[in-house]
Amino acid sequence: MTLQTIKFYQTGTFTVGNRLLDESQRTVQANMRRTNSLNSGHRACQGCGEALGARYAIDAAMRASNNQVIAANATGCLEVFSTPYPETSWQIPWMHSVFGNAASVATGIAAALKVKQKKGIRVIAQGGDGGTTDIGFACLSGMFERNDDVLYICYDNEAYMNTGVQRSSATPAGARTATTPAAGPHPGNPFGTGKNLPLIAMAHHIPYVATASVANLHDLEAKVEKAMGIHGARYIHIHVPCPLGWGSHPSDTVKIARLAVESGLFPLFEAEHGEITSSSAIRRKAPVEAYLKLQRRFAHLFGERPDLETIAQIQEIADRNIARFSLEGR
Amino acid sequence: MKKPFAITLDPGSSLANHTGTWRTERPVYVDRLPPCNHACPAGENIQNWLYHAESGEYKKAWESLMENNPFPAIMGRVCYHPCESSCNRGELDEAVGIHAVERFLGDLALREGWNPEIKAKASGRRVLVVGSGPSGLSCAYHLRLMGHQVVVMESEKDSGGMMRYGIPKYRLPRDVLDAEIARIEKMGVEIRLGEKIEDVMAVMEGFDAAFLAVGAHIARRAYIPAGDAAKILDAISLLHDMEEGNPPFLGKKVAVYGGGNTAIDAARTAKRLGAEESLIVYRRTKEKMPAHASELNEAIEEGIRFKWLATVKEMGDEGIVVEKMILDETGFPRPTGAFENIEADCLILALGQESELSLLKSIPDLETEKGQVKVDVSMMTSRPGIFAGGDMVPAEKTVTTAVGHGKKAARNIDAWLKGEVFAKGALHEIASFDKLNTWYYSDASKTVQNELGIVRRQSSFDEVVKGLSEENALFEARRCLSCGNCFECDNCYGVCPDNAVIKLGPGLKFQFNYDFCKGCGLCASECPCGAIRMIPESI
Repeated sequence: MTLQTIKFYQTGTFTVGNRLLDESQRTVQANMRRTNSLNSGHRACQGCGEALGARYAIDAAMRASNNQVIAANATGCLEVFSTPYPETSWQIPWMHSVFGNAASVATGIAAALKVKQKKGIRVIAQGGDGGTTDIGFACLSGMFERNDDVLYICYDNEAYMNTGVQRSSATPAGARTATTPAAGPHPGNPFGTGKNLPLIAMAHHIPYVATASVANLHDLEAKVEKAMGIHGARYIHIHVPCPLGWGSHPSDTVKIARLAVESGLFPLFEAEHGEITSSSAIRRKAPVEAYLKLQRRFAHLFGERPDLETIAQIQEIADRNIARFSLEGR
Repeated sequence: MKKPFAITLDPGSSLANHTGTWRTERPVYVDRLPPCNHACPAGENIQNWLYHAESGEYKKAWESLMENNPFPAIMGRVCYHPCESSCNRGELDEAVGIHAVERFLGDLALREGWNPEIKAKASGRRVLVVGSGPSGLSCAYHLRLMGHQVVVMESEKDSGGMMRYGIPKYRLPRDVLDAEIARIEKMGVEIRLGEKIEDVMAVMEGFDAAFLAVGAHIARRAYIPAGDAAKILDAISLLHDMEEGNPPFLGKKVAVYGGGNTAIDAARTAKRLGAEESLIVYRRTKEKMPAHASELNEAIEEGIRFKWLATVKEMGDEGIVVEKMILDETGFPRPTGAFENIEADCLILALGQESELSLLKSIPDLETEKGQVKVDVSMMTSRPGIFAGGDMVPAEKTVTTAVGHGKKAARNIDAWLKGEVFAKGALHEIASFDKLNTWYYSDASKTVQNELGIVRRQSSFDEVVKGLSEENALFEARRCLSCGNCFECDNCYGVCPDNAVIKLGPGLKFQFNYDFCKGCGLCASECPCGAIRMIPESI
């Protein structure tokens, strides 16, 4: 399936399904027989963006590979809430690695499948931003550099949520975490820190890199499907709001993810062999305040005397993204 | 069973963990009342028939429409569509062109020869309907659907009431009117033409109940001193004469006095009859005019002129004398003492109409108010078994209100005949704009209906506004946001992080699995149309 926007069928392709469209143009998630790879009964918080993103991505990968997926999972929320021994929510072959080596474990699975000549079985490694951008970074870079046949999916909720919301290298500037309190002259996570892993992945010139959001399911599924059609090292970075760590209402998870995209703070793009090949235009542009205001981790920017300077700095980041990734509506 | 090293427990599924116990609020599917339905004087379920039209199931759509209104083709032309004024889509881009889709369905039904099906068994009861206008025929239609025998008595030579004798042909072609009335007759409703009822009690024998809908056909007059040669007539007689094929001679310069829709109809008719100048004189301003905006605009396009803030004081041989008015702080027009002469060959009065109530003379204690018959919530007059509706009772005087009265009266008559009281279900909560998540709707602007060229509009009685093609009607139907009512977009099924929404299949909608629903509310906030409500759990 290539991503195609339906110009007008009431909701076009913005909703999960659309009764007026052919089944093939609806999402995997609209299907009554989707695999529900991550099943009910998991212990994720109410409105967990990561649980949602993981089911979206793995269900799409299952469909794209005719249900031939093995996953390695770094320690983190996703592992803890899905698989407290001896129960699991996973309905796929799934292996828990330690915090930092999901990429290496996946590389090993892929190597074993190669030795056993099991063609058609695809390997996915997944983890949160801590296990990916910080702790697992060396293993991941190695996996990229060797072009191992693994799709690595990072569910980015912008801090170490499982252990109590500590800052990671994916935490955005200005955000309050347990380790970057909203105190002092420059409250929250300092500006000028952190790293952009999709761009680092691109620098390895791997076949495919993409960013996706739980607020744009059609785009997310198309990217997973595309990645599953390619061999070699691939990387998808999915933005997944965390009601607990971000201090947002559980019912706002998708809305916040949408505002991150619509404000330009989280650009959606694809890159092949180190070059950006496409980006998703913003549909209804929103100022960064709309995104920030819904989250208590940015509450110190508002209140009686809003920190207009810091908000403007965050707006600058968004504007830079909009220019850099050509996100202006076309 | 021997287990591998360091393993002591069998693997289990997380399904054993009923996370539904975490919940403090639960989502429930609701049907909220769409603002269009709420605004419709005929009580149509607009969202529902648009839903069927969206799928291209036009017959189903028409059947749904016909449950509340027997005149889709007429209504799509002459209703002032309060549904569209209240449409939530109006806050997004433009209101859905509901009337245009309704007209498309109505015309299609006439082309295809669709007929309503009477499912009720014959009741053996007979109801008299006096007047074959929109109210009378609507009542007859609904009573017939409920299995009753209905006889409609009409004093005119032809049926339709104000739809025929008050609405000009260029707004409502007579073949459309005839066809929709014929369809009601085909159902077994008997219409007796030229039967003027002098005394309703004298004809009640053989009937179990009566519905009076004689309308308001008597023009209200104003005393205007006039010279011998002055030609003054009233708008309602003009429209009546037009229908009978006797257009009066009006002259080159015509003045119409009044500000309602009838005034506009008279002025536009005068233009079509060859008047070089057709002027509407109204005592207040354009903004205060009771005529509907769309008709006002069409009149302006056709070259009708207006004299605002003026009252007609007298008419001489050369024309009329008007007095200029000013609005006081309450918006009431006050005379200024300044006069102006305006050339006119004839003056048409459009100052409103009253009902002819002489048929009630043998019920002297019947309650009336300002020349109108008082009815209770069930549309019954103070005389049990005699119901009334349409222009003869106090209410807004539009075709659609009249159709609504007919339906409401029929339901109450049916209950009354059974010795019951008709109980209307409680109104659902209104699906206001803030209940929607409009991000999901595609951007699509309204389809414009073609209009007849201006020269032909000024010279002929051909219909002014054209219908939509099927393609356009389908597009327009698909602009509906389905406010408050599930249209199976699968969003709730998709966005639940706990797979706690069960999809039941096409047409069957969804169900919550409360064993696992944690009550996060994502489904409710991502539902485009506001068909999910979060309610607190009882503890």
